[in-house]
Amino acid sequence: MHNSNANLSETKAGFGMWIYIMSDCVLFAALFATYAVLNGQTFGNATPKEIVDLPYALLETLVLLTSSFTCGLALIASQKNKKDWMLGLLFATFLLGATFVGLEAHEFSKLISEGHGPQQSAFLSSFFALVGTHGLHVSIGLLWLLILMIYVAIKGLSERGKEKLFLFSLFWHFLDIVWICIFTFVYLFGLL
Amino acid sequence: MFQLLMPAGLVALSERALILHALLLMMIVVVPLFILAIVIAWRYRASNTKAAYTPDWEHSPMEELIWWVIPLEIILVLGALTWTSTHQLDPYKPLDSQVKPLPVEVIALNWKWLFIYPTLGVATVNELDIPVNTPVTFAITSDAPMNSFFIPRLGGQIYAMTGMSTETHLEATETGTFMGMSANYSGDGFAGMQFKTNALSQSDFNAWLVEAKHSPLILTQSSYTMLASPSQNAPVTIYGNVAKGLYNSIINKFMTSASTTPSNNDDMAGMSM
Amino acid sequence: MNLFGRLTLTALEHGFVESIGAGVVVLGAVCTLALLLYFKKFGWLWREYITSLDAKKIGIMYLVLAAAMGLRGFIDALMMRGEQATAVGGPGFLPPDHFAQIFTAHGVIMIFFVAMPFMFGLLNLMVPLQIGARDVAFPFINSLSYWLTVMGAMLVNLSLVAGSFAATGWLAYPPLSELQYSPGVGVDYYIWALQIAGIGSLLGGINFLVTIIKMRAPGMKLMRMPIFVWTALGSMSLVVFAFPVLTVTLALLTLDRTIGTHFFTTDLGGNVMMYVNLIWAWGHPEVYILILPAFGIFSELVPVFSQKRLFGYTSMVIATLLIVFLSFMVWVHHFFTMGAGADVNAFFGIMTMVISIPTGVKIFNWLFTMFRGRIVFKTPMLWFMGFLFSFTIGGVTGVLMSIPGADFMLHNSLFLVAHFHNMIIGGVVFGFFAGVSYWFPKIFGFMLNEKLGKLVFWLWIVGFATAFLPLYALGIMGMTRRLDYVDPASGWHALLIVAGIGACIIGLAILAQIYQFYVSIRDRKLHPAGDDPWNGRTLEWAVSSPPPEYNFATIPHISERDPLWYNPDLKKIVHEKSAPIEMPEHTAMGFCIAIAAFLLGFGMIWQMWWLALLGLVAAVLLVIVYSFIDHAHA
Repeated sequence: MHNSNANLSETKAGFGMWIYIMSDCVLFAALFATYAVLNGQTFGNATPKEIVDLPYALLETLVLLTSSFTCGLALIASQKNKKDWMLGLLFATFLLGATFVGLEAHEFSKLISEGHGPQQSAFLSSFFALVGTHGLHVSIGLLWLLILMIYVAIKGLSERGKEKLFLFSLFWHFLDIVWICIFTFVYLFGLL
Repeated sequence: MFQLLMPAGLVALSERALILHALLLMMIVVVPLFILAIVIAWRYRASNTKAAYTPDWEHSPMEELIWWVIPLEIILVLGALTWTSTHQLDPYKPLDSQVKPLPVEVIALNWKWLFIYPTLGVATVNELDIPVNTPVTFAITSDAPMNSFFIPRLGGQIYAMTGMSTETHLEATETGTFMGMSANYSGDGFAGMQFKTNALSQSDFNAWLVEAKHSPLILTQSSYTMLASPSQNAPVTIYGNVAKGLYNSIINKFMTSASTTPSNNDDMAGMSM
Repeated sequence: MNLFGRLTLTALEHGFVESIGAGVVVLGAVCTLALLLYFKKFGWLWREYITSLDAKKIGIMYLVLAAAMGLRGFIDALMMRGEQATAVGGPGFLPPDHFAQIFTAHGVIMIFFVAMPFMFGLLNLMVPLQIGARDVAFPFINSLSYWLTVMGAMLVNLSLVAGSFAATGWLAYPPLSELQYSPGVGVDYYIWALQIAGIGSLLGGINFLVTIIKMRAPGMKLMRMPIFVWTALGSMSLVVFAFPVLTVTLALLTLDRTIGTHFFTTDLGGNVMMYVNLIWAWGHPEVYILILPAFGIFSELVPVFSQKRLFGYTSMVIATLLIVFLSFMVWVHHFFTMGAGADVNAFFGIMTMVISIPTGVKIFNWLFTMFRGRIVFKTPMLWFMGFLFSFTIGGVTGVLMSIPGADFMLHNSLFLVAHFHNMIIGGVVFGFFAGVSYWFPKIFGFMLNEKLGKLVFWLWIVGFATAFLPLYALGIMGMTRRLDYVDPASGWHALLIVAGIGACIIGLAILAQIYQFYVSIRDRKLHPAGDDPWNGRTLEWAVSSPPPEYNFATIPHISERDPLWYNPDLKKIVHEKSAPIEMPEHTAMGFCIAIAAFLLGFGMIWQMWWLALLGLVAAVLLVIVYSFIDHAHA
């Protein structure tokens, strides 16, 4: 089963991944809608302006976007059968992704310790749900990435391995796009 | 008795007309459809070898046009009817009347209805008394799960929701006693949430009001709190005196924030429908 | 930390009627296990079915689940009709809370554990065959989907034994479903049963969508597909777009109930209307998910039993696509009475009416397929005729309620209940029954008893009419739904008794169905089906009955619609062995992952956090292990 990058999307697995991503889009859309509706329900607790730390969010963004970049490079390396480069770039992707999750976990725990946890108002519930669900997706992606790296390390860079990487990278880039939406609608708009 | 076909109120009258007109319009498509179905099924049964048989005939622009277009036309008419009737029957729209409306505040509780007459200073539980031929403006909320305020012979229902105020307008056109209910399940005592609506002549209503004001019971915050505790099949109760602003305070208690700083959400408009 | 969370022995205490229910569940489980042991069929069941990745086997298992849960849902219905027919002036034989659990369970079971499995069962059985494929796109995920659905059903059944079920209505509106008014485990059982089954459905939607797009036989362009496959495609698209909304809504409710967030609470800004919007944004597409395949089944059998080509194939496809698109634009009609304002209500009312146009087109196209045909009124065709009348009545009442002004009088009344049962029974169930009576010979290789089939049909029609037409009248008489008793002065009691009798007639119909299956199985050697008992037009009738595991020895090339009718060579071609065929091997993974999901759900419900974590970790580990094994399939 020989697959070049171009027609990996056209295989059953590739097409299936795209359909799954569409369903995940709807999932995030519902969370965005909830966020939009509950945005103003601050009930004396923190408002969006008060919890948004733009430089911090920018750092998170750069980290995540860079991890997408390294992931893209890893995909190219896999196309060229350069297993070591691929594993190295995937490891970089992992580190960057883990940094993102760490930064976000720190942001959350800081908010909670300051009394702005998800139980304090409907706005905060919706903030944590939307941003947290994205963070959860990234965490699951990290686990997936780890397993993928182990798979390639043990079984070598087969066609199957290349396909797995392709499917993963679709997911990883998708999470990037969702983050851009979150950055825009939650953090940037939050300052308005 | 077919309550929806026996309106005793202005709104119910319009709604009955709407239901009947819509049904009639739809019959234009449905009756021929049923007749056609029976005729075709009978005529083209396999044992009837005299009937024409065209096994490959599968397309006819003419026929298709008919059954895309005719239903479309019916829907256009129904659609226009929908647009106008929905605006005309919007529960938030006050009724056309020269008579000054009587405001009534409705609170759905577990599992009974509380009616406060803010301009009259009385309140009732599980009984609504209104003067006939007078528009009544209802402000509705719930201090319990979601309910639905419904008096079928007078008009349509509207949800009663916690922390929010919905609104409807009804006017009885004949005297009598009409059934009222909750039309949204709210727990164990739901089936018992029925109340009688008495549409009284103006003089009877005035007499009732005088009687009501004689009741020794007073509805204050604390007697309200006792009333609000869950109970089923509450007896009809009349309060001769009602604390001012009780309705708003019931809604506002859901608006308070967790912190000690005063809430900025005193403005009811934000949460009213 | 408490090992048992909030599970204590009091969870096993039930009232008299509840105990009977619990007893039936336990007895049913014990009997099934005992029978399997006695006939030494465990091994057979494990090999042939539980670990099978063959879509046809999975399809049969879905139908068995639907039948079993259908019986339970029907018993719930009998109890509700019984309560309303006998309880006058005060609570009847069912305490109010129990009555509420029953009507909640009835709705949940019928939609999630009868109609959806029934649909997925028929899709599994017939879609690969109709498109000339050997299996679905992702056979392992297919198995996983099935077992996740089963685990959801098991949670609902378990709630009869330990604890209680939700008492909120099948959509569990807050604030009634929040901790304040539902502090027990009932709503949590509801949430986890639906969440787990919902994941199964979503995966199934993705699976069939990819199957239909990617695995059609060479030459089978989209416009050459059977209409059943088109409607399946439409329905699966709806699954992919709608189920994530259900997942989110249930998750948010779970967060409210477990960690104290405020999405839908009455305080600190929670918004109950948000829940109502979200749940119906899923809920409306859900009913189209169910009805579209039923429409597809009629599009298959009406041409065959009229011995004539389907009229208006192209407009059928267009109508299907319109219905899919429009089904996302109408959800507010489920709560016109929530006070959205005239502009919003009118818009959604009009959109709802617009959907009746493509639906009407389908009905006329079927009628004109019959026109100038030679109609054979075997059981499948009888179901179509029953559907035609009953679904149209449901459609009329639906369009009526889509006018907000009218809906204000009819919302949440028994008129509404009659309408949606008209659509679901008269539309979905009749359609699926028609599908079973049409395709049973293909799947099992022998015919269903035709005389009993007709008896079943007539009993259902009479029972359905007797049970539900009075409900329309009761709605006009002002009766609202979910009442556990009625006032004698209301005048509602008489018709409730009639409806109760109707439910009993439906009970007779169900008994007749069971008897029909018994007789047909008993006499199976006398009525073999052969490859093509109905003189069919689509690919499934080319293969043997039952089909071989691989469906087609050679996958044929398709050059037109109704390929079998116009190319008799196909019957030979599909039997000729050519290249070696590789079918997916068996695996217990789907079953095991679903068990882990069950443990997660059970643990979350009873706050046995260690158990929930165990289930979650086990599920993840199993998936990881499975991903390391290289398969020819997913």
